[in-house]
Amino acid sequence: MSALLFMVTMGLYFVGTIGFLAYLVRRSEWLSKISLGVTSLGFVTHTVALVMRMVGIERSVVPTFHEALSFFSWMLILVFLAVEFRRQIHVFGSFIVPLALVSLVSAAALPVENVSTFQPVFKTLWVHVTLSMLGTVGFAVAFVAGLMYLIQDGLLKSKRFNVLYTKLPALDYLDHLNQQAMILGFPLLTLGIITGAFSAEIVRGSYVSWNPEQTWALVTWVFYFVVLMGRLTVGWRAKRAAYLTIIGFAGVILTLIGVVLKGHGVDS
Amino acid sequence: MHMIVVGISHKTAPVEIREKLAVPESRLGEALSRLCAYPGVKEGLLLSTCNRVEVYAIVEDIEPGYGRVQEFLADTHLSLSSEQLTPHLYWHAGDRAIAHLFRVAASLDSMIVGESQILGQLKDAFEVALCHKTSGLLLNKIVKKAISVAKRVRTETKIAETAVSVSYAAVELAKKIFSNLKDQTVLLVGAGEMAKLAARHLISNGVRQVRITTRNAHHAIELAQRFNGTPIPFDDYRTELASADIVLVSTGAAHYLVSAEDVHRAVKQRMNRPMFLIDISVPRNIEPAVRDIDNAFLFDIDDLQLRVEQNREERLHEAEKAEQLVVDEVGVLRQWLKSLEVTPTIVALRNRTEDIKRSELDKAFARLNHLSNDDRQAVESMASAMINKIVHGTMVTLKAEASGSEGVGFVEAARRFFSLDEGSSGNERTEDRRSSAGNDLSSSESNSEETPRRREPRVRTGATGRIGDRGDDPLSGEDL
Repeated sequence: MSALLFMVTMGLYFVGTIGFLAYLVRRSEWLSKISLGVTSLGFVTHTVALVMRMVGIERSVVPTFHEALSFFSWMLILVFLAVEFRRQIHVFGSFIVPLALVSLVSAAALPVENVSTFQPVFKTLWVHVTLSMLGTVGFAVAFVAGLMYLIQDGLLKSKRFNVLYTKLPALDYLDHLNQQAMILGFPLLTLGIITGAFSAEIVRGSYVSWNPEQTWALVTWVFYFVVLMGRLTVGWRAKRAAYLTIIGFAGVILTLIGVVLKGHGVDS
Repeated sequence: MHMIVVGISHKTAPVEIREKLAVPESRLGEALSRLCAYPGVKEGLLLSTCNRVEVYAIVEDIEPGYGRVQEFLADTHLSLSSEQLTPHLYWHAGDRAIAHLFRVAASLDSMIVGESQILGQLKDAFEVALCHKTSGLLLNKIVKKAISVAKRVRTETKIAETAVSVSYAAVELAKKIFSNLKDQTVLLVGAGEMAKLAARHLISNGVRQVRITTRNAHHAIELAQRFNGTPIPFDDYRTELASADIVLVSTGAAHYLVSAEDVHRAVKQRMNRPMFLIDISVPRNIEPAVRDIDNAFLFDIDDLQLRVEQNREERLHEAEKAEQLVVDEVGVLRQWLKSLEVTPTIVALRNRTEDIKRSELDKAFARLNHLSNDDRQAVESMASAMINKIVHGTMVTLKAEASGSEGVGFVEAARRFFSLDEGSSGNERTEDRRSSAGNDLSSSESNSEETPRRREPRVRTGATGRIGDRGDDPLSGEDL
């Protein structure tokens, strides 16, 4: 049942994505309303699917990437709906919903099977995965805000006042969104990494084993730390912040891909 | 009763004619009284702006009505003969006249489509007509409807959303850089007219901090008072750049006042917070190389002009939606006007009483099934006689008053007393005719878009009151 709902969600997000992408170039406002409706419906089925999966799961099971990515996608839509509800920036959906869809499709491509463990590691692992994913959501939102910033900046600079220009919000709002997302995402990722290290200690007896994914994760963390500090102290905002958050998010994605390919979610 | 409009506008007459015909506000009342003194003119409204002079009137018959109004217009200015005036005039009657008023009110007929002034001017003209009691039941309803249509057009289409003046385009651009203008500071360098206008628009859109500098220190102080801002010595404007989010430059200087280096330094001091620079001077006062500086957004007069052009096109696009809305609304109004006609009202009254009689008889007969056929007929004819006697007076009065000045009021009263608008049979009929006439209207409207319409030789055979000769006249949409 939860698998069926999962498929339904994917279908709805797909339709929402198509609608929101069409909204980028078309003038009609009803396109955004329909897409928003479909996406919201998808969010409801997604929520039910996630709850059912959590309830159905045995107690001592290691979180899989399938769940992590599905949760990531769910959180993205949640953030989108919150922003939409407060500011009615429909065009935000044209960036977030496709990202959520990609993440959900990746989740679908990964195995759903439950890996049981007798070690007490599963609890810290759940915390580790949840926190890391929440941090990643923050970076994803910062990435989207940065992307929108660069597009709007480019349109303003080149004086191309097209449909997209009219739909994108003001530059300073995008910059603000970028900053808020970073400020929320960074501490969550930090906690995620710390809990990850604890899990690794329990499983393998050492906090850090300096494998490539762990190294990447630390590099990403340091990168974000520098970006955030630069923003708060020496004015790395606006265009520079937008570029840096896009690069940073690419780092996050690489880390995730690395971990998935290795096939073990224990490391961070 | 027919609604007609006769007038000239910027589309049909040059300003030399328009200015002669224009009626100053002080003389509007007198002109309206003169208009309504013509025989056959029941109600009148005079809309006189710099782009149009139009007379809306309710007349008994269309052709003589056109003649009277034309006579009235030619009389407003002594040096203007009827022959000079006629080639510039347009005439509309019935639905077309209503549609014309709706289009004018919604600013679809304006020189700058979507501008909002015309609605205020129409309201003022209506106010004057109300004061002088030249607007009655029909014009009141039609003009109020026109005002509500105009508001609907403004809220439901984007016709008035975009900037179509250079100074307002600056505000629109500022809103794409700063989401909240309230927290922004404007620096006004020089006091060109357009820059002052732009500053005023920015202030009315929330900007609270205004700094002003001009070469002439007195001028700056005077301007600062007017804008509730702070004057700044002209020599300091470079150092003030960093504290300004929006910089408006418009001086007569022949060289660059703000160099790329100045802006570069300012952006650095601002820790990369974006800066919006508007150069409304010719020759330009801000070095064009500023465009290449990150987080500084420079727009010159051509950029603003480009935006204005685009917006104009966008408005025309939106105007198409508004035209459809007008057609729909004319249909709604037509239905109301139809209900004020005597013939359908009498038919509806007859149907209504017949329905009541039928249903009451059926109920009674169901209980009294012992009655013989003769008895039943006797009861039936008694019921018919009662009903006929009750409504007889109403019908006679309606027919008699139909062509009188109060006719419309009587019809409305009758419809309310007998709850005729809740019945089904009468409404269906008007619905049918509405849709057929609606098509007629939309097609003819599109043909008559730009060119002034020749006077139509459609002479109506009868006033509203004449019963029986109307039938399903396909042109009935022209009548009230």
